[in-house]
Amino acid sequence: MTRNGPFALLFNALFVLFMAAPLVVVIGVSLTPEGFLEFPPSGISLRWFRAILDNPDFIEAGWTSLYLGVAAASLSTALAVPAALAIGRRRFPGRDLLLATFMSPLTVPTIVLGIAFLRFLSQIGLSGTFLGLTLCHAVIITPFILRLVLASVTGLDRTVEKAAESLGASDFTVFRRITLPMIMPGVVGGWVLAFITSFDELTVTVFIVNPSTTTLPVRLFNHITQTTDPLVASISTVVILFTVGLMFVIERLYGLDRLLVGGEAR
Amino acid sequence: MAPAAAVDREARRRAWWLCAPALALFLALMVVPLVMTFVLSFHSFGFYTGIEPTFGLHNYLDVLGDSYFHEIFARTFGIALVTTLLCAAIGTPEAYILYRMRSRWRSALLLVVIGPLLISVVVRTLGWAILMGNRGVINTALMNLELIDRPIKMMYTPGGIVIALVHVMVPFMVIAVWAALHRQDPATEQAAESLGAGPLTIFFRVVLPQAMPGVLSGSLIVFSLSASAFATPAILGGRRVKVVSTTVYDEFLNTLNWPLGAAIAILLLVAVLLVMVSYNRVVERRFSQVFG
Repeated sequence: MTRNGPFALLFNALFVLFMAAPLVVVIGVSLTPEGFLEFPPSGISLRWFRAILDNPDFIEAGWTSLYLGVAAASLSTALAVPAALAIGRRRFPGRDLLLATFMSPLTVPTIVLGIAFLRFLSQIGLSGTFLGLTLCHAVIITPFILRLVLASVTGLDRTVEKAAESLGASDFTVFRRITLPMIMPGVVGGWVLAFITSFDELTVTVFIVNPSTTTLPVRLFNHITQTTDPLVASISTVVILFTVGLMFVIERLYGLDRLLVGGEAR
Repeated sequence: MAPAAAVDREARRRAWWLCAPALALFLALMVVPLVMTFVLSFHSFGFYTGIEPTFGLHNYLDVLGDSYFHEIFARTFGIALVTTLLCAAIGTPEAYILYRMRSRWRSALLLVVIGPLLISVVVRTLGWAILMGNRGVINTALMNLELIDRPIKMMYTPGGIVIALVHVMVPFMVIAVWAALHRQDPATEQAAESLGAGPLTIFFRVVLPQAMPGVLSGSLIVFSLSASAFATPAILGGRRVKVVSTTVYDEFLNTLNWPLGAAIAILLLVAVLLVMVSYNRVVERRFSQVFG
């Protein structure tokens, strides 16, 4: 393969600068010792990170997002894995329709889903509850898990399963001891991707939270639309570092490029 | 052994059982709410009476007949279109450059280029708000360099929203083009090179045509996501530069006119679906002509 020329490398450098700039600025601003936004910071101080501790509403919102992400990703994984096994390795009537239904949260504009959830949850009295949030998030993140699990199911060698079956293992034993371990990277990768998607979700969530179940993105959004101060920058920096940490986990377990590029059905 | 037809029926039934739990969730939390929203869009709203279960097209007629809403829809789709064109213009060459890179550099750069996809849109938009404010990083730097003597207005302008949306959406374009590039035969590039074609000729005459399916599918993703984006226009445009999604938000959470908000949202959904379907039609026809 030929090398990139100087012009291509310059373009690449500018592109990387463009992608990194807003994140670098957020991190830079969060380190300021002053009481206002400045970049580059005149000194390095953790003042605004200590200030997070004095804002229990942000910390509480962070915990809500964390619990919500774990609950929704786990629920969605529990539903998506059996569905992926059926869709990925069997042809049956209605298969394409089922797949289209499960992937539809990617096509319907999120703002439409947000108001639809709000209307529905307020009619059945679940608006603002953690249960309501979990169910709605599970719907939105299902396509992400389904796609990754499908990718690992379709390439699966079935001879080992057949061998276990012929030796008298029950269906569930075959699944637990043979199939699941083989598709595990896809399941874990899908879970983490779904968790991140839920953890970052704003457009739907902003409609269905109440003050006691406010998630971190919603709290940040409400704060930023009023005022931008170094406090939101320091909280955002924590979010960036947390996400980058998860990216490294994905990179180790599954490969970030495979996770994001691999299933190109998106 | 059981007859083949019985085995088949058993397998089919089992497949449906495996999908049943997920299907139940989607019927209850996707299909039912969307139908309810559709019904809601025909109801009326009074400031003292709240939502009244009438049935009429008045909300749709209000939106379709009011130049205020025309402007919002035109602005939304304008922003989405310009965002898509810019993403294609910078995302395609970037994907090609990454594709040609050595693998060690490539995985590090891939992390920087498509990794931001996983970072909260609120956080990324905050970064742009800090960069683009009247006394933000960009304006301060330009004024210190004495290139400008008054700040360029970027916050609360459609242009500012486009810049931040390109940042949010361009990874999707890079991913789509990247996938298409991996499907092409590297021998075609080598053939062009050995015949004496320069790098630009190779890019435009050999690589780009083969990457085109990726550019087109990436464009569709970017366009539909930009047309319904909420966080970025809400933070950078506020009430001053309204788009469809922020209008729906205001109707639902500030004015409390849910039926009107629902009608606007349904119109957005229909518009996005129409664009998707007709785009796919046109693209398929073009490509069947080229490759058929």
